[in-house]
Order: sequence, then structure tokens, then C-alpha cells
Amino acid sequence: MRILPSGDRALLVELDDLDQVLGYYATLAADPPADVVDVVPAARTILVTTTGDLATLSRTLRELTPALDRRRAGDLIEIPVVYDGEDLRDVADLLDCSPEEVIARHIADEWTVAFSGFAPGFGYLTSAGEWDVPRRTSPRTKVPAGAVGVAGEFSGVYPRESPGGWQLIGRTSVQIFDADREPAALFHPGRRVRFVDAGRG
Amino acid sequence: MSSLTVLETGPLATIQDRGRAGQAALGVPPSGACDRSSYALANRLVGNDVGAAALEVTYGGLTILADNDLVIAITGAPCAGVPLNAPTLLRSGSVLHFGAPVSGLRTYVAVRGGIDVPPVLASRSTDLLSGLGPEPLRAGQTLQVGSPVHPMPGVDQAPVAAPASGQVMLRVTPGPRKDWFTDAAWVSLTSQVYEVSTNSNRVGVRLDGEPLERARPGELASEGMTHGAIQIPPSGTPVIFLADHPVTGGYPVIAYVASADLDACAQVRPGQPVRLISS
Repeated sequence: MRILPSGDRALLVELDDLDQVLGYYATLAADPPADVVDVVPAARTILVTTTGDLATLSRTLRELTPALDRRRAGDLIEIPVVYDGEDLRDVADLLDCSPEEVIARHIADEWTVAFSGFAPGFGYLTSAGEWDVPRRTSPRTKVPAGAVGVAGEFSGVYPRESPGGWQLIGRTSVQIFDADREPAALFHPGRRVRFVDAGRG
Repeated sequence: MSSLTVLETGPLATIQDRGRAGQAALGVPPSGACDRSSYALANRLVGNDVGAAALEVTYGGLTILADNDLVIAITGAPCAGVPLNAPTLLRSGSVLHFGAPVSGLRTYVAVRGGIDVPPVLASRSTDLLSGLGPEPLRAGQTLQVGSPVHPMPGVDQAPVAAPASGQVMLRVTPGPRKDWFTDAAWVSLTSQVYEVSTNSNRVGVRLDGEPLERARPGELASEGMTHGAIQIPPSGTPVIFLADHPVTGGYPVIAYVASADLDACAQVRPGQPVRLISS
């Protein structure tokens, strides 16, 4: 763990890998230290914002014990997906398998929401599976809400129409982010997700 | 119920409160008033709750019509033609036009009772980056005003300095990725006179100047950042993040503006010279 300065109200905790991020985030989210107002996990880091003293926070962070069973900590939700994405064949070629195998692997894996970003409710989901898919060389200017994509080691669902460079493999009608719902974001860090095959459209 | 009608909006006028703190882990930006102390003062002057929704007027141009007698307070950038830093009675049927600000960029208008629009994720702030909260104000729109909750504070005039019109100094501290830049880059960051770019908005203040040199190439995985983060994109010139900043970013953050200087940072306007001082 490396603790890096981030202004006079926050510290950035740099960790070795995403598993460590999930472990430390689970601990911080379950029992936030005094005066902490925001805990923002990302791919290799956790930003911790406080209204209190940074030296005290730094000591507290160093003494944290990461949760061990971090990928099993959250509750599980199922997301039905119609696997008819425009990039399904490209993803199959990149992973050296058939489109059917891409779908089979996507629904067989158990995914965990590692962190959010890009847009409200956009969760970066990881699994123990071998996903290493480059982004599209040319991002789309318009990706529809509910589009299910993969990029790098992550999978995700676009909460609303936006530009985007992820490879699209399907779509869901589940509303991923709804400001009038509590909680608004279906994918919050730590939550486990299973994708269910709802057909090929 | 009281109300006011927007006759003209100027370049940009939005509804703002203290924003959506504590939801960054869900990808929800903080938003809220850019100049927090001016916003808070306006509410205090009319006896509002500290988190009441007010108007944030960017570079003047707003014209409002009082549909009833309203008590208002205007703070922040001093606009020609409107009273400043004092509770003021706006008579029913009267029209108030905000001229261009003499100095600063953002003017706050609190109405006694607060602007009453439905909250979104516990805030009435317009978030221009993520599209949450009310739309920016538009001409012809009527804004409902809530009921007063506290007595008037009994203050006639708040003694507050106007935002600086010349060169602005902002104190900075090292950010998490200072080591992604050369030592010369840090010296350059903290000694050159930058000019505020016209591309600045509620997301960030963009500065024009000499590009900074990276010490290491490569990509940074996205990481969390907060208000005041100074990010250096490939162009090499700084972006200082304001209220509508994204919760994570993928370019290295070389430094942070000190919290105490963030309100001054929210008042710099395009073309104004800015220096970043190592503190």
C-alpha cells in the first residue's frame, strides 16, 4: 500500500491490484473511519475524502485489514441480456472463440462491481474469467442505454445513451440507473452480478 | 406560494445548492455551487437553511420578474445594476436585470424561502456533466419559492471583498502523480503566469500556458479525484476541476488547489492571469 497526497482533504491509497482494491473497499465501506465523507474505488486505487485530519486518516488507513472474501461480500443480482451486440463477432475473434462461446463465458462468470465512473451508475464489473478485450479503435458517438459491453478485463452496461468505446455484445432492458429509485445505481461497488441469456433477439 | 419568472438567462444560469456529496462511489459527481462561500452567504443573508437552493448566474445577463414581494440577496461577482451582499426587498411586479460583472464570473441569488424544485439524489443542483438535477434556466420559466424557515438575520450589509480583477494567486499542494512529471515541470507549473481559457466551465478551469513535460510515458488507470485536482492531459496544460468534475479521471493529477482558494478559483474568468503558488 502506498498513500499518496490528494490535496488537503483527501488521500489516494494505491494498491497492487484490483483484488486488493475490492478487499480494502469492502472494509472501508462496511465501517468508514470517523470524518470520512467519500470512498471512491478505482482500478488500482481508493480515494478517501475526509473532513478531519489527514495524518490521522493516513494512520487509520495503514492499519486497515482488507476483507478476504471480497468477491463474495455483496448480494447477487441477475441481469437478463439479449446477446445481439454489433461487436459480438469481433469480440469472438479477439478471444479466439465462437460468438456462442463468448455468450457462454459471459453468463457463466460471476461478475463483481469493482468501481463506478464515466457516468452516474456506470459500473466496472470484473470476473475471474480470462477477459482481455481492447476497446474499439473508433469509439461510437452514440451507444444506447442498456447496451452491454466488454473492454479490457471489464464488462459493463451503459446506464443511458452516451458516446462509448466498449465492444458491444448485447443489451438489457433493466434500468441500470434511475435517480428516482433508492438506491439509484443498480451496480454499486461490491455487488455481484450474473448475466442471464434472454435469447438472440 | 411565491414565485419569480425568468425573463432572460444570460450565458448560463443554473439552480445550485450544496451538491451531492458522498455519492462518488456510484459515479455521481459532487456538483453544487462553484463558489461555496458566496452561495452560503447569500442564503444566510435572507435567513435560509444553509443548503437552500439558490441561483448561480454565470457572467451576468439574468433578468428576473418578481411575481410577489420577494426578499433576495445577491453575492459573488458584482453585476452592474443589482445590489450586492445585502438583503433586498424586490417588490411584486418589479424586474431586476443583472449586467456584466465588474469582476469575477459567478453571481449567487438567494431568495428568502429557497428555490423550490424537486431534489434529484438529495440535491437541487444542476449537474452539467452528468445531466442530473434541473435543466439550466430558460427564458419564460417560473420558479416556485419555498416558505421561510428562519427569522431574518438582522444584517443590513455583509462586508465582503469582490473577486479579484487582476492576477489571481492560487496556492497548490503536490498531487498523487507529481512524480509523473519532471522537476522542471513542477517549477514551470508554479512559476509561470497562466491565462484562463475560454473553454472553462463548471467542470473545470482550463489554463493556457507553456506545456508541462512528463517524466514518464504511458497510461494511468482511472482514479478518484476531488474538487481542486489539477489534471494534466496530453496537451500539457492544466485543468483545475470544479464542482461538476467527474468522480474519476485518467490523466495524472500533478497538484491540488488548496481548499481555501477554491472559491477564488471558481471566480476567475476567461483571459484573467492566474499563478499557482507552491504552498
